[in-house]
Amino acid sequence: MKRRDFVQYAGLGAGALMMPSLLLGKDIPTEALLEPGMDALVKKRMADVALNTAKSMGATYADARIGRYLNQYVFTREDKVQNVVNTESFGIGIRVIANGTWGFASTNSVTEDGIQKATEQAVAIAKANSKIQTDPVQLAPVNAYGEVSWKTPIKKDFKEVPVSEKVDLLLSANAAALDNGADYVNSALFMVNEQKYFASTDGSYIDQDIHRLWPTFRVTAIDKAAGNFKTRENMSAPVGMGYEYMDGLESEKLDGPAGLRLYRNSYDMVEDATIAAKQAKEKLTAKSVDAGKYDLVLEPNHLGLTIHESVGHPLELDRVLGYEANYAGTSFATLDKLKSGTFKYGSDVVNLVADKTQVGSLGAVGYDDEGVKTKKWDLVRNGTLTNFQAIRDQVHMIDQNESHGCCYAQSWDDVQFQRMPNVSLEPGKDKYSISEMIKDVEKGIYIAGRGSYSIDQQRYNFQFGGTVFYEIKNGEIVGMLEDVAYQSNTQEFWNSCVKICDESDYRLFGTFFDGKGQPSQSSAVSHGSSTTRFNDVNVINTGRTV
Amino acid sequence: MAIYTKEEARKILEKALSFSKADTCEINLSGTNSGNIRYARNTVSTSGYSSNQSLAVQASFGKKSGTATIDEFDDASLEKVVRRAEELANLSPENPEFMEPLGPQMYDESISYSEATANITPEYRAEVAKSGIEPAAAQDVTAAGFFNDSAGFSAMINSKGLFAYNKSTDTDFTVTMRTNDGTGSGWVSRDFNDVTKFDASAASKTAIEKAVLSREAKAIEPGKYTVILEPAAASDLLRNMFGSLDARSADEGRSFMSAADGANKLGQKIVDERVNIWSDPLNPEVPTSTWNGEGQPLKKTSWLENGVVKNLAYDRFWAKEKGVDPVPFPSNVIMAGGDQSLEELIKGTKKGILVTRLWYIRSVDPQTLLYTGLTRDGTFYIENGQIKYPVKNFRFNESPIIMLNNLETLGKQVRIDGNLIPYMKIRDFTFTSLSDAV
Repeated sequence: MKRRDFVQYAGLGAGALMMPSLLLGKDIPTEALLEPGMDALVKKRMADVALNTAKSMGATYADARIGRYLNQYVFTREDKVQNVVNTESFGIGIRVIANGTWGFASTNSVTEDGIQKATEQAVAIAKANSKIQTDPVQLAPVNAYGEVSWKTPIKKDFKEVPVSEKVDLLLSANAAALDNGADYVNSALFMVNEQKYFASTDGSYIDQDIHRLWPTFRVTAIDKAAGNFKTRENMSAPVGMGYEYMDGLESEKLDGPAGLRLYRNSYDMVEDATIAAKQAKEKLTAKSVDAGKYDLVLEPNHLGLTIHESVGHPLELDRVLGYEANYAGTSFATLDKLKSGTFKYGSDVVNLVADKTQVGSLGAVGYDDEGVKTKKWDLVRNGTLTNFQAIRDQVHMIDQNESHGCCYAQSWDDVQFQRMPNVSLEPGKDKYSISEMIKDVEKGIYIAGRGSYSIDQQRYNFQFGGTVFYEIKNGEIVGMLEDVAYQSNTQEFWNSCVKICDESDYRLFGTFFDGKGQPSQSSAVSHGSSTTRFNDVNVINTGRTV
Repeated sequence: MAIYTKEEARKILEKALSFSKADTCEINLSGTNSGNIRYARNTVSTSGYSSNQSLAVQASFGKKSGTATIDEFDDASLEKVVRRAEELANLSPENPEFMEPLGPQMYDESISYSEATANITPEYRAEVAKSGIEPAAAQDVTAAGFFNDSAGFSAMINSKGLFAYNKSTDTDFTVTMRTNDGTGSGWVSRDFNDVTKFDASAASKTAIEKAVLSREAKAIEPGKYTVILEPAAASDLLRNMFGSLDARSADEGRSFMSAADGANKLGQKIVDERVNIWSDPLNPEVPTSTWNGEGQPLKKTSWLENGVVKNLAYDRFWAKEKGVDPVPFPSNVIMAGGDQSLEELIKGTKKGILVTRLWYIRSVDPQTLLYTGLTRDGTFYIENGQIKYPVKNFRFNESPIIMLNNLETLGKQVRIDGNLIPYMKIRDFTFTSLSDAV
């Protein structure tokens, strides 16, 4: 427990708890979000100050990232607007290699003088550290792209949508929840625009404009007499899209089991809040699960988190090599398992791909934060481990000479390092629907939405909860369950994967807050899948009396 | 960036306030310099330095507020930021929960700043890394660690006459030592306001010893065990209990602190009577600022006394609604301990498990404060007063409330992450499965 985290955690109300401190920049008026920011030509000149200063001080490589991060958050509870926050964070981060060693410094003074001082600091750090360096940095080659740009393909820029329209939408969702039996509802919209300019001594000047959006709510139902409460959270996903995600298009909705509505690339928040209120009430009297082995039918907005923890993280090369040993941990998926070419990560139906280009995903960018053009690659093919996720300074350690393009820093004042790309499970090739899958299960549980999650530091043993649970008996949903969590081992779990629905059910799960590194940084990432069945998984009952 | 003195900060704040035309105005000024070093695979990996300062103005007309921020402090910039906040306030909806700024307050002088910490250099950070890497390499062990230091100040002023100032420093250090055969892992964490209290070599040595001792762990059946939790392990679980101190959530029926029929647990005995927990910004081991961001003075406050809930935190709005005095959230946590050292606790244990730390703790049920997570970096079986052998890591499903009701013995206090937490021996701690992770 870090004291500052504790204080933040303890000192905030339920609504504010949904807003992590890392997203806070400085507050600005709404109209200032539309101001254009520094011109690309000026940014190029400023970046060159850093690159030239670094070279003149003996650095063999340097990159500069000028970042302008615009965020807007709207928080409401019940019929009240709690806060509308607009923030802007602007500055430059400079990374250098001197004497074979990394150095990094940042400043929010984006002037020739400020940049020179920060660059000097970065080089001084590199030189001080080079005295204990035993493994000089080796960078994989990268193309010089010249002056290029990339932009998230959005239809509606959140910055151009009036705050009143966003407030109205959240309050309508809250009202729908309250009308349908909720006692409390908190809702929020997180909207992010990263304007990033990257330049390096390898000859690239890359201007990118990246958009992300996340609508959330938490509905609470209370049994006052007993002093009990249950919550149900949104079934939306954070997306790499514009405000068009909030349109609630009928064509993007799917009917799930037991009256659930599931959403693809368009979200109906009012409808979801209506269903959530009814389900939160139902949870108060739902049957407590009997512990034992069940076949699990996992919905994409649930399975995404399991993919994230049990596939995404263990296949990060920096973890495999031990760079994250002091924080997130290492990995069971060791180098020898990759080199063998025969390690069965999952059953034959399991194909897992890494992708930094998928449209609508949180990880999609044109170039990563060290100027590498992004791509898609296999991690697990027909159940066999085929690759890791690696960046320029580590990919040579798996005998490859091209970075995978998954380097990221959460802000201009954080150093970039290897971060998880979108990691997704390919849908089944044969036509197969959720209802057909449920029909085939004798004793099982259908789990939708994200819940509690925990996994060990080498990614063997995990435990996951969910948002809603339904018991399946002889091919039919027979009722809601509570107190459900499943525990398994990564390799055992993925080898128990027997069937995957087809691509008509494929959806993206995502999170804004994948944490890694020291100081800890957050990264946004999506995970796609279709509803998937896993056989004979151990389910525990988490009900307790205190 | 300079760490402004009280008078320098006051001068900037008074100047900014002089531009205000709003009904009320509150201005916060803060700045931080921080540096870090990271190492892994027995060599340095990434390091960095950052410097930030900002001034935030909250202007209010009636119940309408606006906030604007700037990082330049010349007169023109100060006037611009005040005008911006006022414009935004005029455009904002009324906040029915708006509270006017506080009037002048009396604050204790804080003791959270150390000049030695503020003067840390890149060379010092490299030495910290070296003092772990060299002994590790000599013992077939690989070091991965992180050291971070920061120095900063914060100050505030408002149109009701309040002025507050504090400067503070902090250091955080963690290191993980793994044996090169991949079967042992040890870890330590140290944090101090004053870096002269920090001994990097001694800390690294402890982690190396744990790594070597924990090699080739045996698997034992999960189940209910007596455990000795080191303060790092206990602290992680207790953190979650403190998240439930908010009176409003309790009164609204959506917290562990809610009771039947709309009541809360204030005055109820919820854990063993030997549990006493308080906060104190002037404790010399864990000093903090003596005021919070709203300008409320922070004083020694009791939270659990003889196992009874003594206070819940009331923000100013909720306190007004309930007709009670506001109680600010704590800035640190101090739990009373006992006299026994870790060695003595082990000596007095017939059968049990020593837990170095817990990892990946997540809420399973907010109603009962049930949490899951795993042991990590040094888990040992104790028999007849001695550590017998290392055991494989466990997953637990446990509530800090159940844990503190199953208290056997409290040991000595240790500073961990800015709090003072004792070693504790707990019976019937629930481990639900085994993990192969080292």
